[in-house]
Amino acid sequence: MIFTQQWIREWVDINLEPSILISQLTMAGLEVDAHGPVAADFSKVIVAEVRTVVQHPDADKLRVCEVFDGKDLLQVVCGAANVRPGLKVPYAQIGAQLPVFAPATPDSPSFFSIKKAKLRGIESFGMLCSAQELGMSESSDGLLELPDDAPVGVCVREYLKTDDVFFEMDLTPNRGDCLSIRGLAREIAALNNLEYKEPVFNAVTPDIADVFPVRIDASAQCPRYLGRVIKGINPDSKTPLWLQERLRRCGLRSIDPVVDVTNYVLLELGQPMHAFDLQQLQGGIVVRMAEASEKIVLLDGKQIDVQPDTLLITDQQGPLALAGIMGGQNSGVSSETRDIFLECAWFNPLAIAGRARRYGLHTDSSHRYERGVDSGLQQVAIERATQLLMEIVGGAAGPVIVQEHDAPTQKTVSLEIGNIDRLLGMSMGKDQILNILSRLGLKLESTSESTLQFSVPSYRFDISIEADLIEELARVFGYDHLPVTKPLVRMNLTSRAEGTVTPERLRERLVTLGYQQVITYSFVEPALLEMLQPSIKPVALQNPISAEMAVMRTSLWAGLIHTLQHNVNRQQSRVRLFETGQIFLPNQDQIDQPDMLGGLIYGSRMPAEWAQSGDASDFFDAKGDLEVLLSLSSDPDSFTFQAQTHPALHTGQSARIFKSGRAIGWIGALSPALQRTLDLSEKVFLFEIELAAVLTARTPAFKALSKFPEVSRDLALILDKDIPAQSIRAELSELAGEFLTSLRIFDVYQGDAIGFDKKSMALGLTWQHPSRTLGDDDINSIIERCVKGLEVKFNAKLRN
Amino acid sequence: MTDTIALLNGALAAIAATDDERMLDQLRIDYLGKKGQLTELLKGLGKLPAEQRPAAGEHINEAKRQIQHALDARRDIVVKKALEAQLAAETIDVSLPGRRQSSGGLHPVSRTIDRIRQLFESVGYAVAEGPEIEDDYHNFEALNIPGHHPARAMHDTFYINPTTVLRTHTSPVQVRVMEQGKPPFRMICPGRVYRCDSDLTHTPMFHQVEGLLIDEHVTFADLKGTLADFLQNFFEADLAVRFRPSYFPFTEPSAEVDMSCVMCSGKGCRVCKQTGWLEVLGCGMVHPSVLESSGIDSTKYRGFAFGMGVERLAMLRYGVNDLRLFFENDLKFLRQFN
Repeated sequence: MIFTQQWIREWVDINLEPSILISQLTMAGLEVDAHGPVAADFSKVIVAEVRTVVQHPDADKLRVCEVFDGKDLLQVVCGAANVRPGLKVPYAQIGAQLPVFAPATPDSPSFFSIKKAKLRGIESFGMLCSAQELGMSESSDGLLELPDDAPVGVCVREYLKTDDVFFEMDLTPNRGDCLSIRGLAREIAALNNLEYKEPVFNAVTPDIADVFPVRIDASAQCPRYLGRVIKGINPDSKTPLWLQERLRRCGLRSIDPVVDVTNYVLLELGQPMHAFDLQQLQGGIVVRMAEASEKIVLLDGKQIDVQPDTLLITDQQGPLALAGIMGGQNSGVSSETRDIFLECAWFNPLAIAGRARRYGLHTDSSHRYERGVDSGLQQVAIERATQLLMEIVGGAAGPVIVQEHDAPTQKTVSLEIGNIDRLLGMSMGKDQILNILSRLGLKLESTSESTLQFSVPSYRFDISIEADLIEELARVFGYDHLPVTKPLVRMNLTSRAEGTVTPERLRERLVTLGYQQVITYSFVEPALLEMLQPSIKPVALQNPISAEMAVMRTSLWAGLIHTLQHNVNRQQSRVRLFETGQIFLPNQDQIDQPDMLGGLIYGSRMPAEWAQSGDASDFFDAKGDLEVLLSLSSDPDSFTFQAQTHPALHTGQSARIFKSGRAIGWIGALSPALQRTLDLSEKVFLFEIELAAVLTARTPAFKALSKFPEVSRDLALILDKDIPAQSIRAELSELAGEFLTSLRIFDVYQGDAIGFDKKSMALGLTWQHPSRTLGDDDINSIIERCVKGLEVKFNAKLRN
Repeated sequence: MTDTIALLNGALAAIAATDDERMLDQLRIDYLGKKGQLTELLKGLGKLPAEQRPAAGEHINEAKRQIQHALDARRDIVVKKALEAQLAAETIDVSLPGRRQSSGGLHPVSRTIDRIRQLFESVGYAVAEGPEIEDDYHNFEALNIPGHHPARAMHDTFYINPTTVLRTHTSPVQVRVMEQGKPPFRMICPGRVYRCDSDLTHTPMFHQVEGLLIDEHVTFADLKGTLADFLQNFFEADLAVRFRPSYFPFTEPSAEVDMSCVMCSGKGCRVCKQTGWLEVLGCGMVHPSVLESSGIDSTKYRGFAFGMGVERLAMLRYGVNDLRLFFENDLKFLRQFN
């Protein structure tokens, strides 16, 4: 909604500087988005009359005119196509200042002076102006044509009252009542405690008895419908310049006189109206809900399949308009229209809300109806529109017909005075309450010691409960004047289980391990997910922002790989990334949304520094980092890694991760095929685990320290190459008895010396007894048991 | 006698010529050991007449003391020299960088959320999280935004299907917490939110932190105090903070919170569009219908809620001038926050 200073001043005597008015409105919850002059700051432009026009001898597009400025006849060369004798136009005299359009640089002058000039050899004393040249339009097609009765010689600034300011409002959806000059004037009057001067619009006495019948079949949706026939309008009439200017200054284009009048009333009073071409209507108007498979072609040419919850204005032939949204193409006024039927209705906001958006429409009318139009306004508005039409297009008006059912009743809201303090932390006296609320048009209906009851004016749809009244009190009183305190609360400690690992701690650990956290979009490219997880059909968005962001990620790897590519393409050769966040897995009718932690490493193991080898990272770098995270949890031994294949991973370098037998994630090298497809020159190692699986920690429990010495032995075994180390460890842990305190694998070797299908594995075992020294005999028998056990189970041999 | 002198002189000369700790040990054995030369001389004393023995013995013992002394002194020198040589040989360029893994870092959005969280946790707010794919009820209906409410147009919503959306704010987490617990509540919910909008100043995904405090005596004045306190602590500056009436369907009264521009100290600049103010928070007193729809007695309990855009706060805090950088994840950008 845009309003102008001049227009609002006809309704309320407000004299504030624009900047003060803006700040006042803003602090009252009516945000001003922009403001500015309605025309450029031009000077020495006067009304002049073109007397003669002759073709320029040396230029096809130029004409040489004689222009009368009230005193003299002056020669002016003009290039506009619409210049003609008798035309009244703005004439920039010698010495006039006009705005420069699109200055070459921000510092170049924004104005230029009109000088005496020669155009192709013919002298020109000044310039005839278009609206654009006066900063009154984005573009112009020819000269600005002034009315025939424009007084020659008068300053154009005064004649067009261009010393005006526009204010563009960004109103919240609850304040539909401010979507008009009337509403804003009312609000400004209330805020400044000024008189609100609503002009009196007299009813137009009918000249003719013609009516067009109206029936309401959807009275809940359309409680009130006013109609009026106007016959014999002048098809050649033009919208007067003052009205065009008002529309323009408020951001509306002039279309034709009838539409301009309905738009004017929309801006002035906030009442949307529609004018039908009466000749196109058949039978009578029926306001009803849409029936199955109805269609309508709208004014903008768009065809719509109307849905059954949509309110329609129809006649015998079918839909004429989407009620409260937009009229149809066939029944609208045109240059041929002689007789019109004027509609001025009150639609229930719930019957309009959301419908326009569903059809991809948003109109000045729907914007107002869905926020709520004053239900007491229709009679005034139809008379105001008729009056303007009589003045502009003429014709004979019929009587207003009114169809009315279930008209909205007046709301009353009660206010317990004590609740003001309870909500705002500040009490208000009855006088103050009455003063503020009556300024806003609320009427005190009844009063008791502690409670006041108010009736709410028909335009305030947003006031229905006590909290709304308290908000109005706070708003007019000024939020900034309300007290400032800190909440008083009971100091209960927050319970914090010791046995938890916070995600923050995991993140810190990864940072220490050299990983950079990233945050990638939750929606990713379907093709990338298809490569990574062909078996999962991801959750798709109905309205994605682009094809690259069309489906919800089913793995954090999509974003991590995308980020890797971005950085590799920008000369990063060593990348370690992690991300935590939800993934989205379809599960029958539901969508599982587990929090995951994913990581990626690429490039050398250590940063390229003088003291470090440039060795490439491998699987065990990623696994080691992941193990550091797992070791924060209560039971690191409950995690196992099993060689399994994953479509995104190298078949020989991938493992599924289990916690106590439940699969919680994957780790591995990106498959060489994908590495090629994604054009990555080095190997990529990835892991991803369910965050919840690593968030439980151990609360420490003390065990007595043994005073007796530890004993260590090494075992070197020759095994089949395929036997996993994890199996050997698990078996040895069993075989080595309860006093085993540590078991580590300190060497693994494969080579010709031991046979191509074999590997050698060296393990270090350490024992300690709580209450005695373990002797050679003890250890020898344990070792014997271990060797025998491993031989039986894995065919492992001691290495010589 | 002369034997002793000759032996002593020979020993002292040998000791003085030795630069090696082990050689000194050998000399000690050679002269002072059980079979050493001085020990032999002492053994020879028996052959001397009795009256000469004390003097000769004294002579030999004197020589032994001198040799022992010379050995000790020489040993000190030799050890010291050896240590000096070791130090010289082992001297390194300490200005070379250390041997280590590179250090990573947190994303600036995480860093900002952590900071917000720590400030609110310090006064007892708990952290709650919830699903990002939400049902229409929790994202809209329970927050007093029915299907046709014009406020829905303010949320450019991503749809999975007509009743399932990507949450457009973190407010549904509040609803879930209120449904599942009993007041009082004091919590914040940080997380990703989604709006179907993408241009210079909008990304289709961003982060919000929503806060909620529900108790028996909570007022708008408390809300003003809490948020001014938060902003001043977050920016570590004595910022001016103002509250403007606004509209959210789930709060009543509602307010937008502006703070004086941190870029120009309120003088007016490009960032604050010459107004001197930056809009940084939305807030209000929780609407009674929202309390009631979550099963909370709105005549007994009141509360406030607030919400902030994390990226906006991060941009203002760290001077980032392009929102989209947060999601490009360029390492050159991210490492600036390590």
